[in-house]
Amino acid sequence: MKLLFQLTFLIYIFVTLAYLVYFVNQNKRVRTLARYGMLVAAVGHLLYTMIRYLEAGHTPITSLHETISFSALAVTWGYLSFRWRYQVKNFGVFVSPLITTLMIVAAFAPQGTTRELTPELQSIWLPIHAGISLLAYGFLALAFCGGVMYLLQEREIKNKRFGLFYSRLPSLEALDRLNRHGLSAGFPLMTLGIITGMIWTKQGSGAYWQWDPKETLSLITWLVYAAIIHQRFTLGWRRRRAAIMVILGFGIALVTLYFASY
Amino acid sequence: MQVDNIIILGVNHKTAPVAIREQLAFSGDSGLPFSDLMAMEGVTECCILSTCNRVEIIVVSRDPARTTQLLRPFLFGKSAVNDQEFEKYSYLYQGEEAITHLFRVGASLDSMIVGEPQILGQLKQAYKASADNNCTGAILNRFLHKSFSVAKRIRTETNIGGSAVSISYAAVELAKKIFGELQDKTVMLVGAGEMAELAAEHLITQGISQVVVVNRTFENAVKLARRFNGKAAGLDDLIPQLENVDILISSTGATDLVLRHEDVKPVMNRRMNRPLFLIDIAMPRDLDAKLNKLDNVYLYDIDDLTQVVDINKAERDKEAGRGERIVVEETMKFTQWLAGMEVTPTIVALRRKAEGICRTEIERTAGNIKDLSPKQEKAIEKMAGAIANKLLHDPITYLKADQPGDKGEKLALIRQLFGLDDDRA
Repeated sequence: MKLLFQLTFLIYIFVTLAYLVYFVNQNKRVRTLARYGMLVAAVGHLLYTMIRYLEAGHTPITSLHETISFSALAVTWGYLSFRWRYQVKNFGVFVSPLITTLMIVAAFAPQGTTRELTPELQSIWLPIHAGISLLAYGFLALAFCGGVMYLLQEREIKNKRFGLFYSRLPSLEALDRLNRHGLSAGFPLMTLGIITGMIWTKQGSGAYWQWDPKETLSLITWLVYAAIIHQRFTLGWRRRRAAIMVILGFGIALVTLYFASY
Repeated sequence: MQVDNIIILGVNHKTAPVAIREQLAFSGDSGLPFSDLMAMEGVTECCILSTCNRVEIIVVSRDPARTTQLLRPFLFGKSAVNDQEFEKYSYLYQGEEAITHLFRVGASLDSMIVGEPQILGQLKQAYKASADNNCTGAILNRFLHKSFSVAKRIRTETNIGGSAVSISYAAVELAKKIFGELQDKTVMLVGAGEMAELAAEHLITQGISQVVVVNRTFENAVKLARRFNGKAAGLDDLIPQLENVDILISSTGATDLVLRHEDVKPVMNRRMNRPLFLIDIAMPRDLDAKLNKLDNVYLYDIDDLTQVVDINKAERDKEAGRGERIVVEETMKFTQWLAGMEVTPTIVALRRKAEGICRTEIERTAGNIKDLSPKQEKAIEKMAGAIANKLLHDPITYLKADQPGDKGEKLALIRQLFGLDDDRA
């Protein structure tokens, strides 16, 4: 159990290192290694999460360790589904460190349960709510990575100092598209996550909305992203501004995620 | 085949000035002197590469020493260059050096602009011309084809042709980094000038859909617009038009700024922040340097572009080093192949191949039959050996026979039929 987590963790670290090496020396064999490693880690991670679900008898989001590990899993699978749909040059180089960082936090986070799940709370809506919400975070994390890449690339083009990133990162257009795709996959999922969360809460406590800190934070995050999307599609907050916005948005989302596990 | 039978005599942009090269470049109209070259003592195969930067005569000779003596006067025949100058202006490579040289030429490691792609096409044409004139045989066929594949390998494995080394290409490359695809983009030319037009042409070949030409004199704008199949506009239309433009190339002779920070700022809002790529190749400058401070506006002047080109050139030189290593490796492989292009090594290779096949097949068969006595096993081995020998008898006789004709062709044929060279070029 613990071993499987550690193994997955090690593979993620290996993948990240391989991607970084590839980024510097552009050796395609290293990239192939990293890609397969990512796939293996993704499967191992999924297995770990499922076993944990079966062992605990409920969705593994009751401890900080579980929540963060679960969200790292969501980022991984979000990334893989993205890769399958379309390619962004060197995207893995930026996503894998994020996943590894989450895994490091998960590895050191307390394993103990932070909240007892009363039988009422143990409905089918919990895995649905948790799965959808975390997948939403996965896509928003991808938009975040896209935003970071955009700013790095833009800085080199704007300042006319071509360093490590200019030739290795895709065009600004492609990175902006990544931002759009991440948002347009992440935001609807997040909305759905909040709705399913409401249904779940209703079952557990009888009310759809209780204004506890977790719910309030989720609502704020949702509003922030709604604003980003609105600005983007109606006022033309694209490109640089959009990149900054998704980075800030993801920061708020992380805070929410942290409190959501309590 | 001895490696030293391959000779290359040439002049290029590094060894001889244009004035000298002009005197010898065999012009295409009068035809290349294939028949003279083939008539030369010892020559069995030849190929001539003649471009504006180099002339190379590639020869396979039975008598390299004699051919070498004859080649120089042949190359400089019609010109008034004396013996001493021959030595100075030309280079002669033989054997491995010649192989390395041709591989380097094909891969554009020896070009004036390292990594430029035209040379490979020129080499292919040269090969075709000499093949059409029946001047190539087994050695040159393989040698030239190998040089193509080496060039291709270097191009894919290194970044030698990767980045733009001219101002106008650098501009195109930057545009691609900003916009991704250029298909649905619009370029605006302000003023005219050779470099601006060149850049516009490059952009059009990259798929730019629309061109708008702005000029102080409307007639000139119309004239240039017609050339690019675009629209023309007057100078006072510049700012309103800017809303629909993605790339602007400015090269007017105006002494004052044509476009200012405060002109563009309101336009960017109307453009919904779609990026704007401004290229200023005018002297003095047309575009306000402060424009680069605007969000999603990228301003490059001629100095910036020159800097990009310089960086790219340095990058190419670095990649060329990796290319050289590939050349060394491939030269070694080709030398090995050449060494095998003799009757005895070919027969040895044939026999070895047959023995190998016999051994594996015997093992397989013996493994499938139970209770095989040692005597029976011997008999099977004997039979397999006999079949192989009988099959090889005729090809070997054919190889050994002293018939007229190209010995190399025969060797190449046998080697190819029996797959004796594992890599196929």
